[in-house]
Amino acid sequence: MAKGIIGKKLGMSQIYVNEQMIPVTLIEAGPCVVTQVKTDVTDGYSAVQIGYDELPERKINKPMKGHFEKSGVTPRRHLVELRLQDDEATASFELGSEITVEAFQAGETVSVTGTSKGRGFSGVMKRHNFHGLGASHGTHRAHRKPGSIGASATPSRVFPGKKMAGQYGNERSTTVGLQVVRVDAERNVLAIKGAVPGSSGGVVFIKAAE
Amino acid sequence: MERIRQIEAEQIKENLPRFGSGDTLEVHARVVEGGRERIQKFKGTVIKRQGEGARETFTIRKTSFGVGVERCFPVNSDKISEISVLGRGKVRRSKLYYLRERTGKQARIKQKREV
Repeated sequence: MAKGIIGKKLGMSQIYVNEQMIPVTLIEAGPCVVTQVKTDVTDGYSAVQIGYDELPERKINKPMKGHFEKSGVTPRRHLVELRLQDDEATASFELGSEITVEAFQAGETVSVTGTSKGRGFSGVMKRHNFHGLGASHGTHRAHRKPGSIGASATPSRVFPGKKMAGQYGNERSTTVGLQVVRVDAERNVLAIKGAVPGSSGGVVFIKAAE
Repeated sequence: MERIRQIEAEQIKENLPRFGSGDTLEVHARVVEGGRERIQKFKGTVIKRQGEGARETFTIRKTSFGVGVERCFPVNSDKISEISVLGRGKVRRSKLYYLRERTGKQARIKQKREV
């Protein structure tokens, strides 16, 4: 069954499971609410929209206010849509119902989507793991440059998609195949094995693997 | 950071003896060997304590048959069944890396008198 939850990355830690130390990312997830149920009939496809992080009434504009009133929930800061297989799957999501970390179990496989750490305009060594040029042997002011970016008269252009310097990070990124190690319902915290995109405090969307 | 500290607090062992760099310890580590579990003792000098919360580790150095051996343990590991402090050392720094370059008499650490 498709399920998802929105949360905030707290940071990384280590947890002992069966005397084994496991590196985990702690994510404070939910409680989320279902803010909209989309069906084939009404919207042309099946999905649910879930909201996270309560927001004071004065911070939302009129269109959004109407949207939240329709589902009968208080305003939320973040909204994420979760695509569903078909309309039958929407039956388990009731408008305004709550989704907590208890929807997940230890051992489950999930994917985590977030905004990766922004590294600004980066050179090819940082951005694409190029090796750069020599430190010596006559290299002049080109130690971190990419070198040649193509041939000459044929094709007399640079191929599209050529790896070059540019904006690196601060983009949507998903890590798949991560394992839930622990579910702390009391604190609304999920412990997920391994690293997750983004900096601590960043908003992430956790989705169960199909 | 505060939230992580709270979550880690659950995993921190409470009845640990107080020890730091320069102290002589005997650590009883549980090791699984050929399907059987036994206790392996490791005795030596603490040369560093590193990290905080549940992630804290310490490194013990000893000289075994003339070869320096260092082993690093997580402080809060379940695999450690016992830590006993055999002696308190008097040292002036927290990381005793200088012991690696010394052998024999020079590698000694002044002992604190038991109070």
